[in-house]
Amino acid sequence: MSTAPKDTRAVGSAAAGTGAAAALPPPGAPSLVHRLGRYVRRQAWVTGAWVLLALILILGVATHPTGFSSFDVQTLVLGSAPLAFAAMAQSVVVISGGIDLSVGAAISVFNVASARLMETASFPQAIGISFALMVGGLLLGSMNGILVVVTRVPDIVVTLATSFVLSGIALLILGSPGGGAPLEYGNLVLGSVGTDWVPEGLVVIAAVLVLVWLPLRLSRPGLALYAIGSNRSAAFLSGVRVARTRVLSYAMAGFFAALGGLALTATTANGNPVAGSIYTLQSFAAVVLGGVLLSGGRGGLVGPVVAAFVLTQITSQLSYWQVEPNWAQVIQGAIVVGVVLIGGMAILLRGRRR
Amino acid sequence: MTVAPRGLRTIEAGRAARRTLAERPELVLLGLLVALFVATNLYGSGQITGGQVTTTLLTAAPLAILAAGQTLVMITAGIDLSVATTATAAAYVMSERSSQGDAQAVIVGLALGLVIGLVNGVGVGIFRVNALIMTLGMSGVTLGGLDVYAESTNAPPAVPSAIHSLGTNTVLGGYVPVSLFLWLPLAVVIVLGLRSSGFGRMIYAVGDNPVACRLAGIRVWQVQVAVYTLCGLLAALAGILLAGVNNAADLGLANDLLLPAIAAVVIGGTSIFGGTGGYVGTALGALILTVLDNLLTLANASQAVRQIIYGAIILLLAWIYARVSESS
Repeated sequence: MSTAPKDTRAVGSAAAGTGAAAALPPPGAPSLVHRLGRYVRRQAWVTGAWVLLALILILGVATHPTGFSSFDVQTLVLGSAPLAFAAMAQSVVVISGGIDLSVGAAISVFNVASARLMETASFPQAIGISFALMVGGLLLGSMNGILVVVTRVPDIVVTLATSFVLSGIALLILGSPGGGAPLEYGNLVLGSVGTDWVPEGLVVIAAVLVLVWLPLRLSRPGLALYAIGSNRSAAFLSGVRVARTRVLSYAMAGFFAALGGLALTATTANGNPVAGSIYTLQSFAAVVLGGVLLSGGRGGLVGPVVAAFVLTQITSQLSYWQVEPNWAQVIQGAIVVGVVLIGGMAILLRGRRR
Repeated sequence: MTVAPRGLRTIEAGRAARRTLAERPELVLLGLLVALFVATNLYGSGQITGGQVTTTLLTAAPLAILAAGQTLVMITAGIDLSVATTATAAAYVMSERSSQGDAQAVIVGLALGLVIGLVNGVGVGIFRVNALIMTLGMSGVTLGGLDVYAESTNAPPAVPSAIHSLGTNTVLGGYVPVSLFLWLPLAVVIVLGLRSSGFGRMIYAVGDNPVACRLAGIRVWQVQVAVYTLCGLLAALAGILLAGVNNAADLGLANDLLLPAIAAVVIGGTSIFGGTGGYVGTALGALILTVLDNLLTLANASQAVRQIIYGAIILLLAWIYARVSESS
């Protein structure tokens, strides 16, 4: 990693050169090759996640008991979709220097809410409900953010408290697993585009990244997210509206959590008041594996999404090898800890180098 | 309070109240506990008896011990999200091994807690893993490992009778629970240890400013390893006691206690940023939550309503603490 312009361009580097470079012109425009090299260096962790995904897929193809088919790709996307959205939700908050322990509970709320509302709905109605719930997600997330900003209680405590409240609300909406969704709604994730190898779920995830995250990241509020995560006081002194930006980060988390809940409804055609709870831990695993620094200010959303696929595929891989599901849980937990351990050491080394 | 501008009495009184709350949160918590206790029992049975105090102490003991370890960890500015699964694992393994002698079973259970805590401590203290992730991951590993263990054994778990009587029996005319003889000395050791021993002061110092600690020659990682190990051990103890209270150990025994354990610490006035707090507040917090739980049971509140009220109370109290500590 080059050392010279690092500190002065900490914020610009977080936005990986594109739109932010226009906002913060670097001293002397770098050549394309230079830029590419810098991108790979800065995105080393994300590149690593891609490589890991490729490796595990190759492993899957090589050791699959009945032959790796498009069906396995569909299973992978199906299993990953809720986690991918959970990872996006956690990433936005972590990038801006916060933490959200209520992601899982929020996913449960939107899962049961959508499953209950869509049970007798037609497909167009279901789409309408989805958009209404996405707005609901924004509002719910903003509430989290406003509580964090107004009460000045540590975000861990606030989101822990709201996770209680949200899991209570999920139970109020649907006391036991039930509800449903129109068949076409499930096909939003289950169906395929063109060939069987490109499931629609993948397209949906990519569309969210391109249509929601990319414009945000290139805009001023998006840059502010990175700024307050990187150095909150410096961001404040530079005129960034810290409180407003923190609320924005939680609002986006709520929005992505709503998508996660909807994805869960689409993939399972069912509402379960506790289905979301596992995603809190897994979202952290995906965030860390995806190259977002837990201390904030660095990373993106693509890495965590790739990491979500890796984590899901690990589970499938273990079942190819007929590892007992309980052992699979142990292995997954160990992988999470191991990944964070390596990540922690990387941060430590970086800290020493500074 | 050096200047009293225009001698506004209400402001003075408000400040005095705030200062009391900031300096002696235990008094306020004690008042809250007594009020809640009286209200609950008047609502439930129309009278207040010594037996109700005994029952409350019996039910609160496991939570209070579970929250004790959490308090130590949170004073060092950490958090341990694996306490509930550690408690469950220790209790389950103990019950499975009870055929090989009670003492051995209990020791194995406690040792398991110690090992889980040690791994957490090594991860957080030496490898500098974020405490939240480390302990969440360990809790996943423990849960999976416990399932594997449960499948590998075929004997049904049986709680040793000594542990059962420790959890439920009372002495001295039926008013003093036996578990108090475990909990009270433990509480005294923790309170005095935190207040007066060198190690106790180090726990506060590490939570308040780890960099200053390192520069002052304290081995921060050693303190962290010790604290997480202690926390694991206390969690195992709490799990074993809970198995005694319920006279049963299953794979989900203590899993519902994770959030109450954190809530008790937060209600007790220990900041999640570390450096402040203590065990007296936590113990009162555990008692308050237990009484609150009784009240909600009496009121026939569903699990859903209960969780919502829990969350709201944690947030409200944390908010009050934040405001008080800001103004002082």
